[in-house]
Amino acid sequence: MRFHQLGTSLLVFFLASFALNLKADNDCLRCHSNQTHTIYNDWTERNEKRLMNPYYILDSLKIKAGVHGSFGCIDCHSSDYETYPHQGELKLEPLMTCIDCHGGDENFADYKFEQIEEEFGKSIHAKALGEIFTCSKCHNQHYYQAKARTSESVRDIVKFSNEMCISCHDNTSKYHLMSDSLNPKLVDTHDWLPNQKLHFENVRCIECHTQIKDSLMISHNILPKEKALKLCVECHTANSHLNASLYKYKNIQARSEKGNVGIILANKSYVIGAYQNEILNLLSMIILISVIACIIIHSFFRIIKK
Amino acid sequence: MSNEGKIYLYPIWLRIWHTINALGILVLIYTGLNMQFAKPGFELLRFDLAVSLHNFAGITVAISYLIFFIGNLITTNKKYYRIKPKGLRKRLLKQLRFYVYGMFKNEEIPYPISVKRKFNPVQKYTYVAVMYLMVPIIIITGIALLFPETIIEDVYNMSGIFITAILHSIVGFIISIFLIIHLYFATIGKKPYSNFKSIVTGWH
Repeated sequence: MRFHQLGTSLLVFFLASFALNLKADNDCLRCHSNQTHTIYNDWTERNEKRLMNPYYILDSLKIKAGVHGSFGCIDCHSSDYETYPHQGELKLEPLMTCIDCHGGDENFADYKFEQIEEEFGKSIHAKALGEIFTCSKCHNQHYYQAKARTSESVRDIVKFSNEMCISCHDNTSKYHLMSDSLNPKLVDTHDWLPNQKLHFENVRCIECHTQIKDSLMISHNILPKEKALKLCVECHTANSHLNASLYKYKNIQARSEKGNVGIILANKSYVIGAYQNEILNLLSMIILISVIACIIIHSFFRIIKK
Repeated sequence: MSNEGKIYLYPIWLRIWHTINALGILVLIYTGLNMQFAKPGFELLRFDLAVSLHNFAGITVAISYLIFFIGNLITTNKKYYRIKPKGLRKRLLKQLRFYVYGMFKNEEIPYPISVKRKFNPVQKYTYVAVMYLMVPIIIITGIALLFPETIIEDVYNMSGIFITAILHSIVGFIISIFLIIHLYFATIGKKPYSNFKSIVTGWH
């Protein structure tokens, strides 16, 4: 009987905390997922509708789809946000970094957060900007998805990854949060690249702009622009650089289970030079050798029968 | 040099087209192989240069194909390409038998060249297949690859670019094999160099 009571109490407690948590999130997102919010103005003693600061508007669906989708807002933000109007100084609260939660956690050992931090330390972002360049500058905690591990589509992985880079490098105001220099125009600086659009859609910026680290799923050592890969043949060859970066995801290969051809087909990509079909190569070699052999034999008979 | 006893087989427009086509195709094969089998440190031609040259030669060959196509529409040259299905198999076998057996026994040429008949049956139908099937396929797929955004993204869950590129490479290979055989058969003339001379002067 007592056991039954305990179980009921636990269930009630769980449901109550779940409901409260949900309510808290809904309370936040009620304003923060809308263009406008209503505020009671003590001075005029009226409810007034105001525009929401666009930088503080969140996409609730994208939050739910993200890796932190099950989190409550105050799991990361101060619980003081529960009062409204929010206190001004809350804007300056130091937020947790990825390592604060994920560092040393066995559950995330596979992600190698410590090694990522070490590699990032060598990157141009860390060298040029130091500690102000936090993980969240690229990895938006609200929406982040582990695409490279979950998506079956290379195009999808590429899009998600490149959006991280261009969120600053193609956005002058965000770029100037980090740097006072002029934001280089991506289309102009990459004008040497043939089929630029196709490259941008099918390979990630990090393919050429990072130093590959075999033990890491995604290289975090972003190189200075002078050291970026610029030799076409590094990717456009049988032993393509892409095999060690974009196409190295074992999960994609395992999921497709169609062999080498299947991977390429399933991922809807074709790279000149990198795609080598052994059967076609062998067949073409056999045909070529046969033709040459026939010509030699024919010539031989032409000479001796002259 | 006298042209007595000779027939004028290759008009000037045809010879110009043939020259542009021949040079273009040689460049295309060379640059195509360079792209398909490129390796770092082993590039006979820099990759980006191979791409640019391949594009340039491809466009040139495509335009020159128009010369061939229109020339064959408006001149009498078209009669040499007319398909006659009746007895086709027999004619082809007769010519092939000559190539593998008859010519070594000094048999008479079964289909001697004349103003009425520029090509023997094997030549004729190979040229028809190459010029009216293979070359159009390689030009269409080539133009598509030049403007990849025009290619349908998914074709029955396969990449459109992949299918286009594979088809382009396979047909490119077939045309390369045709070129080797074409060059070899050209040596089967009165003298090994006679036919090469003919395509330059026009007189056979």
